[in-house]
Amino acid sequence: MKFDTPATTNPIDRLKVVGQPLDRIDGPLKVTGTARYAYEQHDVAPNQAYGHVVGAAIAKGRIVAMDLAAARQAPGVLTIVTAETAGKLDKGDYNTAKLLGGPEIEHYHQAVALVVAETFEQARAAAQLVVVRYAETKGAFDLGAAKDGAPDAPSEDESPTQTAVGDFDKALAAAAVTLDQSYSTPDQSHAMMEPHASVAHWESDKLTLWTSNQMIAWTVGDLAKTLRIPKENVRLVSPFIGGGFGGKLFLRSDAVLAALGARAARRPVKVALQRPLIFNNTTHRPATIQRIRIGATADGKITAIGHESWSGDLKEGQPELATQQTKLLYAGANRMTSLKLAVLDLPEGNAMRAPGEAPGLMALEIAMDEMAEKLKLDPVAFRILNDTQVDPEKPKVAFSQRHLVECLRQGAERFGWDKRSVKPGTTRDGKWLVGMGVAAAFRGNLVMKSGARVTLGTDGVVTVFSDMTDIGTGSYTIMAQTAAEMMGLPIDKVKVELGDSTFPASAGSGGQWGANSATSGVYAACVKLREAVVQKLGFNSADAVFEDGAVKAGNRAVPLTQAVGDGAITVEDTIEFGDLDKTYSQATFGGHFVEVGVDAATGEVRLRRMLAVCSAGRILNPKSARSQVIGAMTMGAGAALMEHLVVDKRRGFFVNHDLAGYEVPVHADIPHQEVVFLDETDPMSSPMKAKGVGELGICGVGAAIANAIYNATGIRMRDYPITLDKLIDRLPAVA
Amino acid sequence: MKSFTYERATTPTEAAAGAARNPGARFIAGGTNLLDLMKLEIETPRHLIDVNDLSLDTIAPTPEGGLRIGALVRNTDLAADARVRRDYGVLSRALLAGASGQLRNKATTAGNLLQRTRCPYFYDTNQPCNKRRPGSGCAALDGYSRSLAVVGASEACIATYPGDMAVAMRVLDAKVETVKPDGATRAIPIAEFYRAPGDTPHLETTLTTGELITAVTLPQPVGGKQIYRKVRDRASYAFALVSVAAIVQPDGSGRVTVGGVAHKPWRIESAEARLRDGAKPVTDALLANARTTKDNAFKLPLVERTLAAVLAEARA
Repeated sequence: MKFDTPATTNPIDRLKVVGQPLDRIDGPLKVTGTARYAYEQHDVAPNQAYGHVVGAAIAKGRIVAMDLAAARQAPGVLTIVTAETAGKLDKGDYNTAKLLGGPEIEHYHQAVALVVAETFEQARAAAQLVVVRYAETKGAFDLGAAKDGAPDAPSEDESPTQTAVGDFDKALAAAAVTLDQSYSTPDQSHAMMEPHASVAHWESDKLTLWTSNQMIAWTVGDLAKTLRIPKENVRLVSPFIGGGFGGKLFLRSDAVLAALGARAARRPVKVALQRPLIFNNTTHRPATIQRIRIGATADGKITAIGHESWSGDLKEGQPELATQQTKLLYAGANRMTSLKLAVLDLPEGNAMRAPGEAPGLMALEIAMDEMAEKLKLDPVAFRILNDTQVDPEKPKVAFSQRHLVECLRQGAERFGWDKRSVKPGTTRDGKWLVGMGVAAAFRGNLVMKSGARVTLGTDGVVTVFSDMTDIGTGSYTIMAQTAAEMMGLPIDKVKVELGDSTFPASAGSGGQWGANSATSGVYAACVKLREAVVQKLGFNSADAVFEDGAVKAGNRAVPLTQAVGDGAITVEDTIEFGDLDKTYSQATFGGHFVEVGVDAATGEVRLRRMLAVCSAGRILNPKSARSQVIGAMTMGAGAALMEHLVVDKRRGFFVNHDLAGYEVPVHADIPHQEVVFLDETDPMSSPMKAKGVGELGICGVGAAIANAIYNATGIRMRDYPITLDKLIDRLPAVA
Repeated sequence: MKSFTYERATTPTEAAAGAARNPGARFIAGGTNLLDLMKLEIETPRHLIDVNDLSLDTIAPTPEGGLRIGALVRNTDLAADARVRRDYGVLSRALLAGASGQLRNKATTAGNLLQRTRCPYFYDTNQPCNKRRPGSGCAALDGYSRSLAVVGASEACIATYPGDMAVAMRVLDAKVETVKPDGATRAIPIAEFYRAPGDTPHLETTLTTGELITAVTLPQPVGGKQIYRKVRDRASYAFALVSVAAIVQPDGSGRVTVGGVAHKPWRIESAEARLRDGAKPVTDALLANARTTKDNAFKLPLVERTLAAVLAEARA
């Protein structure tokens, strides 16, 4: 099905199942421990051996020699895979560094060997007997030092890294009120609960890999390419994923090494990346240094807005797109954005939940707060004043829907924004300095081609098959809701099978495109299924209504099961998107409101209240959508207050590479979180009229917290994470 | 993890003798620190002596009016003990500020005292570390040192003692009771239990080969307001940036021990004479010989401010 004209009324609009806050259908499996994650696929292939990964001990250089003798002789060892023994490997399209390093080492903890043994303990013990001698070469590890020489980041087709409209410099120089500030965000790790893990099994030249991956089709392609085998010979199975956040979008070393290990050992091999390896071995969100300049008239109209961002990556890597939202969020006739990319020899950077907007808004929305203060305007009012209903870079392109103003207004009212003290550092509750902060949330609405197969069984049950993944988001449930709505069935008459590359290729989970795109794929397949049923039962398709397990028209009602009296019906379709995302600018919006307390003596920041008001099209399941948003708000709190991969700039690695050193929020850090979804539909986005929320929820949270800290203390923080050591010398004297 | 042999000891003396007979032996109780370190091959014991059967898991009054805490009393049980809560509140509070519920269920009193001092470079076997590999150098001195020691450290090592329980025990003047391989027993004042890193940072306590902790004794209760204030980046399940254990009497006199600043709970009795004058003179005396890095210099004002808040709370 091609979606290239705005959606009109369709069966989804009935909202009998879609739009309802249903429990997730895979919930019972998860709470009973029977949802099988990759490393738990103990019985899918017999006689599984265990692989343990050896990571490089240096950041950059070459392996001079590897001594495997002791490891080979260790008890239980079956084989050892290294770049030398693995045969020729290519590199996946989505990888920057090789997944099996050697002799050249591109980053710290790059995999250099896999030791395969009968048991996990034997593999681990033997891995520590591998002796590697390196010749280290000097690397660049310091973004601050590399920043000044960094060139323009290369532009992708549709998203130029350098943009300019009007005359920014002139407008800024002429502006009555101006701001010119620098901000920084650190490297961050996805730190998902489930480590990257894979079980590989070869049957002659055909590979099956049970793994934990967000994007099945991408990863099939990259695994086949890396191993130099035909795509058709690779099957991926990833039914459950214990968190990904972008860290499992791509082929990673667990998958490649499991496949190589299984080939060498001639038995199935399972590999999980050990936790201390994950931070440097896999991808991370790159650090940024950002400069923002804003000029406005005395009454607060933005006339000039400029955003530059510097990030680093390995050679041929990519920039963090931190200027993305600044192209679209606020009005202003004169504007510029610029992304610079330095070469750094740190592990490779890549997407993490809301890449671009998440760190970009952490800076931009502090700048907006600072600007509002200079203008003596309320921060909510200043944002509303500079709303735009068209793409400010391309004024002929309107937003399909844009309710940012409503989000901010409604949020301010619900949160009691009017009780915020305008003068910072003046609200006290016992030992706490209390403050409120606000930030706008913005995240583009991406859509991706997505397929599904649906079967109406003789028992009247509809089964949906798709290689879509459920990374804890609720994909199973919303896809079931879509099929149930389309076919006029209750949700318990729908089954969903996901995450298998033998099923139709879907949008996958990333960029918050999954929910809208994948359910649209199910919609398309169900339109076909309805047509097949109607034909079979002799209805006129224009009149047929699917409800209560039957097809009805006029006085005639025939149970669905009659259509399958002589066998199940199976159809397949793919939703393909036309250019509505170009004729209209499509995005999701929100307002984040936060109240913090800052311990007046120690500077510890603790959240007191959080509210998000979201505008994201039709909400397919308010319960799972709320879970997505509160999870994202929690991750935003981590980014604001604690998450920080610390770079050792001498030795070139992330030092705090375990969960004791890389802190993420715990329950005690997170207060009551309220989430409100505006009641809306967006007919430009898809037949589902939905958009994504999983990334919108993190966008802006960090700045709202930083702004609340300013309101509480009068201390303006521009460098994340905002830890007490940065506040302590400016706090009031302890009584 | 390297292979090791294993035995379950049935008496404390037998356990101590077993450890003396087996070079490279370690006692294991809860294993919450030792097993982590063994998986990373930072600890590579050749022999483990499981002491969980030694019946050292009771808390009993002493003839002197104090409390004798068996070496195997779990952190959860110690924190919840009615006598501890009533008479040694600072200890109960310190325990509950540490680790997580699951870890406290497992961790023992003696094991908690013996957790290794911490440093991110100690945990990465690719990096030089004098504590892990004596003589290999210290990567932390000029590296990432935000959590590390500001006082009592050496050129060889700036790792910090990460625990909470021992900070409270130090302010309570606890004693560590032990048995040696020959059956001899002694009571080590906690002030003398931890060694300064000096140029031997791999040696962390004054225990001798095979010597086994059997109990920790607390002297008679001293009353006063007992406060444990742990300052950390997140609200739970994090090591202290600094912590303050304080006992403040109605007349303003008292005792203070600071955690998170040194290789051991940091107390200087002479500094306490200035408690009535407020946090600054006490902190100045406590941290007079501090040597900070760019990353951890914040701990000095943080100790003073935290102590000031604790004293204000005690007065309230």
